[in-house]
Amino acid sequence: MITTSSLPLSDRLLTLVLRLCGVLAALVLGGIVVVLLVQALPFLINEGAGIWQSTWQPGQGEYGMAPMIAGSLFVSVLALVLAAPVAVLLAAWLRYFAPRLRRPVLAGVELMAGIPSVVYGLWGMLVLVPWINQWVPPGASWLAGSLVLGLMIVPLALLVTDAALGQLPLRYQRAGEALALSRVGMLRRVLLPRAAPGIVGGVVLQFGRALGETMAVLMVCGNVVQWPDSVFAPVRTLTANIALEMAYATGDHRVALFASGLLLIAVTGLLLMASWRLRGVSHG
Amino acid sequence: MADRVAWLAGWVLLALVMVPVALMVTALWQQSADVLSVGFLLEDPGRAGRSGGIAALLISTGWILALCLLVAVPVGLGCALYLSESLPADSRRAQWLGGVLDMLAAVPSIVYGLFGYQFFAITLGLGFSILSGALALSLMVLPLMIRSAEQAMRAVPMGYRQARDALALSRWGWVRRILLPCAAPGIAVGIILSAGRALAETAVLLFTAGYVLRRPDSLFDSGRTLSVHIYDLAMNVPGGMPRAAATAVVLVALLVVLNLLVRRVLRQPMTEALV
Amino acid sequence: MSEQRTHRAPSLVLESVSVTYGEQVAISDASLQVEPGELMALVGPSGCGKSSLLGAINRMSDGVSGCRVGGRIWLDGEDVRQRHDLTVLRRQVGMVFQQPNPFPLSIIDNLLFPLAEHRVPRGHRRARAEQALRDVGLWEEVKERLSRPALGLSGGQQQRLCIARALVLEPRVLLLDEPCSALDPVSSRVVEALIRSLKGRYTILMVTHNLAQARRLADSVTVCWLEGQCGCVVESNGCEQVFENPAHPITAAYCAGEAG
Repeated sequence: MITTSSLPLSDRLLTLVLRLCGVLAALVLGGIVVVLLVQALPFLINEGAGIWQSTWQPGQGEYGMAPMIAGSLFVSVLALVLAAPVAVLLAAWLRYFAPRLRRPVLAGVELMAGIPSVVYGLWGMLVLVPWINQWVPPGASWLAGSLVLGLMIVPLALLVTDAALGQLPLRYQRAGEALALSRVGMLRRVLLPRAAPGIVGGVVLQFGRALGETMAVLMVCGNVVQWPDSVFAPVRTLTANIALEMAYATGDHRVALFASGLLLIAVTGLLLMASWRLRGVSHG
Repeated sequence: MADRVAWLAGWVLLALVMVPVALMVTALWQQSADVLSVGFLLEDPGRAGRSGGIAALLISTGWILALCLLVAVPVGLGCALYLSESLPADSRRAQWLGGVLDMLAAVPSIVYGLFGYQFFAITLGLGFSILSGALALSLMVLPLMIRSAEQAMRAVPMGYRQARDALALSRWGWVRRILLPCAAPGIAVGIILSAGRALAETAVLLFTAGYVLRRPDSLFDSGRTLSVHIYDLAMNVPGGMPRAAATAVVLVALLVVLNLLVRRVLRQPMTEALV
Repeated sequence: MSEQRTHRAPSLVLESVSVTYGEQVAISDASLQVEPGELMALVGPSGCGKSSLLGAINRMSDGVSGCRVGGRIWLDGEDVRQRHDLTVLRRQVGMVFQQPNPFPLSIIDNLLFPLAEHRVPRGHRRARAEQALRDVGLWEEVKERLSRPALGLSGGQQQRLCIARALVLEPRVLLLDEPCSALDPVSSRVVEALIRSLKGRYTILMVTHNLAQARRLADSVTVCWLEGQCGCVVESNGCEQVFENPAHPITAAYCAGEAG
């Protein structure tokens, strides 16, 4: 653009406003971290080590988050294990085996991705939990959480995989067709490995989202603070904990919740950066 | 042979995904059948939500959504303009800003809730209010808005920019008469997507907009959105299930409409070019 | 900086101009001289920096990050690179691109918009727009549909509109970057005729791949060539000289190899 000192006033004003807006985004991120830190830092310094204990009894000054950290991890990992293969394989299938289905299914999946987590959670409460309860009570459990969360992960993981496969140069597919290779073989040996960084990066991103999910897991996990002894045991995630207890927490209890929020941001941030690396996104 | 198996296996996978969703929709529909009616939309809730409808909630939701977009859209546009016009695409600053935006998009919604609670409700003294909720929500949808708008702006053909430079047109003139009109469909899509995201959010609003069930009298009043209502009815109100399901049906219907709107808007540029 | 309203087209002199993008030298040590009112064709294979040279003259290259321009460019004896006001410079030096790029506005707005931006008094705008359209021969074709979208015009008409858009600011120099290469042969001829009619009133520097076109239109020719990665000027002379009696072996080879 023009770089002269005789820019009209409107242009100079515009440039200023735009620069402010650009800075704003950074301010917001910084602000979130700062606010959380300010609240949580004194607590972390004094009782930091206590976080890793297993007893969460705020009334008695026990702030062991370990069971809840475990809860978050276990629910998310199992959800990922269930959802990722399905999503990736389904995306590959849609692209190479049933291309005519691809558009309508992707449209449906986009819709699925937009459904609020409370609705998934509601369904979990209505149908899934009672169903599991029939097999192994109480129903509201780690498994229920992973199943619901898995269902929520599938749409986005599918879309990400589809995008990653779409970026592969067409010549790979053509070469395979020319050599009359089986599509399964092509996928296994060439296409998926090539797209793997993009796919894995996307899946890692979904893992981060799963860890940050609150409502659905809150509604179906049972919310008991404990180390689960089986998939059918109720658990409480870190996120659900914040949602449940923030309303009445005071003093150190409240601050502990902020600390757990900080932990969440740190972990999702790290996962995001890992995802950047894998997908080859350069963000300095 | 392997291909045959794979082809069949794909159908199984498809069913694995589609069937639960279908079950979900039918379950919700069944649960809510007795309750859903036009009256449901027009009546206010009673008895902590066990009876009546969702009129007050529709109003609160509307306010929060409107305020949220009122903040997020201009700021988002400004940021997108900054990214597409003031910064060269590959510069360090552009990449860095992109990273910041990605980070913001990855922050869990409950953490936005915590921040909103501490900053808007307490530090700024707004308390549990529609204002707090809308502001916290606007922060959440900002990355989405920015990314959609930026994409739309970068898609404006290079030729226009060259002509602009050769003619020495002012930046404001360029933005006002060519860039924004050209990018308008993409920006509209961004707004609709942001609205959809905002409607679906719950965790952010729990500690910012609060829980109050009645119609808000002002922006400083607490207000409950549809999504929060579903949560409350399902978890805290015995006998609240039918109405929770009904609210869910209304909410999903709204989101489907928004989704269809996006498809509509995205198809429009085609016809514009032919005219 | 006050604008001098001379009715005479200016002379355009490039002295040892080089254009570098970061590490890559696009063209170096380019010198040429266009007499007032003349049309000079800038010919040569792709990639030898001809477009970059044009960009240096109206300082479009200023906007490209990492771009450095060396040497001097004289417009009627004034050093273009010393000027502070780019707006005035770009008013005096109009540019037309290879791909027609009218704005997504109505036909008349394509002309009124730049006029408004350059603060031409309201009363004069319509008249200037109409004059520009007449100058490019579009007036009769579009006068009934001035408020229709410019993008609805054919390729040739769009390019003529782009030329009109450049003319409407009353420049004295025209930089044409392969103005016909994206057009079909018929439209190409129409635009060529238009360019011919502009000679004399404007000093024109035109990049073209089409040697026959250069022969038809140009008063003088500058031949560029690629030395390794970098472009350079090989010969610069009157039109007949270059084609009938080339001084440089490369010129001879180039003109022989390309029949048009």
